[in-house]
Amino acid sequence: MDRFVSGHASCPGCAVALAVRFVLRSVPPDAVVVVAPSCVAIMMGPMPLSSVTVPVFHTAFETTAAAASGLARAYRARGERATVVCLAGDGGTYDIGLQALSGAAERNEDFIYVCFDNEAYQNTGNQKSSATPWGARTASTPGGKRTRKKEIMEIIAAHRIPYAATASPAHPDDLVAKVQRASEMRGTRFLLITCPCVPGWGIGDDASLRVLRLGVESRAVPLYEIEDGTRYRITHQPAGIPVAEYLGPQARFAHLSDADVAAIQADVDLRWEALQERAGRRAHGREPVGGESRV
Amino acid sequence: MTGVETVAGQRRMLLTGNHAVAYGALRAKPQVIPVYPITPQTPVLEKLLEFAQTGELTGEMITVESEHSAMAACIAASLAGARVFTATSSQGIALMHEMLHFAAGARTPVVMVNVNRTLAPPWGFWADQTDSLSQRDTGWMQFYCESGQEALDTVLQAYRVGESVLLPAMVVIEAMYISHTLEPVEVPGEEVVARFLPPFEPERRLDPARPLSVGNTTTPAQWRANRLAMHEAMGQALGAVAAAGRLYGELTGRGYGATESYRTEDARVVLVAAGGMAGTAREAVDRLREAGVPAGLLRLRLFRPFPAAEIATALAGAGRVAVVDRNCSIGSGGIFCQEVRAALSALGQGGNPVLSYIAGLGGVNVSPERMMQIARDALGREGTNPEPIQAEGL
Repeated sequence: MDRFVSGHASCPGCAVALAVRFVLRSVPPDAVVVVAPSCVAIMMGPMPLSSVTVPVFHTAFETTAAAASGLARAYRARGERATVVCLAGDGGTYDIGLQALSGAAERNEDFIYVCFDNEAYQNTGNQKSSATPWGARTASTPGGKRTRKKEIMEIIAAHRIPYAATASPAHPDDLVAKVQRASEMRGTRFLLITCPCVPGWGIGDDASLRVLRLGVESRAVPLYEIEDGTRYRITHQPAGIPVAEYLGPQARFAHLSDADVAAIQADVDLRWEALQERAGRRAHGREPVGGESRV
Repeated sequence: MTGVETVAGQRRMLLTGNHAVAYGALRAKPQVIPVYPITPQTPVLEKLLEFAQTGELTGEMITVESEHSAMAACIAASLAGARVFTATSSQGIALMHEMLHFAAGARTPVVMVNVNRTLAPPWGFWADQTDSLSQRDTGWMQFYCESGQEALDTVLQAYRVGESVLLPAMVVIEAMYISHTLEPVEVPGEEVVARFLPPFEPERRLDPARPLSVGNTTTPAQWRANRLAMHEAMGQALGAVAAAGRLYGELTGRGYGATESYRTEDARVVLVAAGGMAGTAREAVDRLREAGVPAGLLRLRLFRPFPAAEIATALAGAGRVAVVDRNCSIGSGGIFCQEVRAALSALGQGGNPVLSYIAGLGGVNVSPERMMQIARDALGREGTNPEPIQAEGL
């Protein structure tokens, strides 16, 4: 059942809107949503309208995980059932909201946190965040970003929360399965959903999913899940196409030289190797403390 | 619980201000308590965690990673329909500033104790009212308490008032002078509190079964309407504070008002003070009266909403008025004095000579002798002072 209805205010061809639809369709019916200022907040609708059929709390930018902690504890104290679901962007997650997220993850607060990663502050007009990849042009990195993208999944995994996963709205079966998996657990659950941004990435309004598939198949956007911060599983085997095919259609990378693209390819290869190594270790991983946190 | 039973269910205990506040919170039965430690508030947090450990307190304690997150969690929990409590001080309340506005704008009746402490730099751990007074415009009610007893009683009244007008309330005590000073405190029994404070059941909340949105983007007109509704609620709070103080008095024998006039009849000089310093001023008034100086005290308990009319009435017959501020708005002066002057001027009593004294900044002790000196200085001065008078320089 769709809980995110038509008539919302996303840009045409927005991947975030599609991802929100899949997420809200897959969470339990007792969902209560916390939204950080982001593209998603705009899509939720202006007062007195709402684009969703579940309760929504629009909190302050850096407080998503703290507000979710308060909500989840309040329902527990009142003896009510509710599934608290956070919807935030990469700026609200990687940057300004990281402290609250880390605190909540350390306490293993009971909520599902979804980060829609469009790799910059797209809602304010495409300024770089720490999720912006090396080389990408944004409004605040006009010459291309000179530092790499923060490895948020490693930070999250280091908290040893019950469940974390990456996902893509171009791979809906995988995405929905992960949301459902997360919904069956308790404690802090984290989903990182990569979402191409039509204006920010400089792609056509019919290109989001095509570009994202190229990202996944090039291994620049690997799809995997991590249980208890230690057990990695790659959920989609990518074809391993050159990353140039992913970068090519995006205007934000148009200025890159062949050497730049080669450097990005080398980085993608290294990251993929590291991920494979972690996933390979899975068979030998011991059952961690906190395994009982799953229902 | 140790102590001596006085009236029905009420026990007299020897408590610090911090622990008195914790007992107040315990009696209010908060369901969610997000807290972060900071000197000199930590004993409040520790006492509450002790209550939680023994099972006396059944609410959810969240030991958050910052004061900012503490307030964010308070707001969300309150919106879910839970009664919430937190406590902070100094840098903590400064860090919360954004969320203080948020709590009021979201109309969440959060109750928070703030222990007045200096702001850095330079670092200090002592009493100064600037941390809470600089939250003046956040939409929070503010109560300044003279004792641990009053702080405990005010926590309970803050819930009753806040939940009736849907505004957050701050209960303020001074660092060390109240937070760490032991005094006999009457802790009311659960039954009396239950009669005073009904459970929190807001009409509208984030109910999983009945979807609604809180905090969506608005038009200018919608935003304006929200602000005006908050202002109107503050107006209602003025009456609610008086009513709650009266009812509390009927139930416990300790009544409270927005202000307190002490020996102000026929006074030629009235000291105006808030918080613990008001107790010192009371002592000074007694001694001055013994010495034949007709002095009085107007104690400001409620700062927001500001009881302007009550203050104007109380000061109508006063000869000289000396407002004593343990704070300094840099570039302007004592904050309570500004407010008193503005209230008198707005109500057509601009002719009242109001003198501004700054005393005890940074926790410097203000003795009864200093208060007496201030009163005598005010009596001896012609006109008013454009610049605040530094009491320590008298």
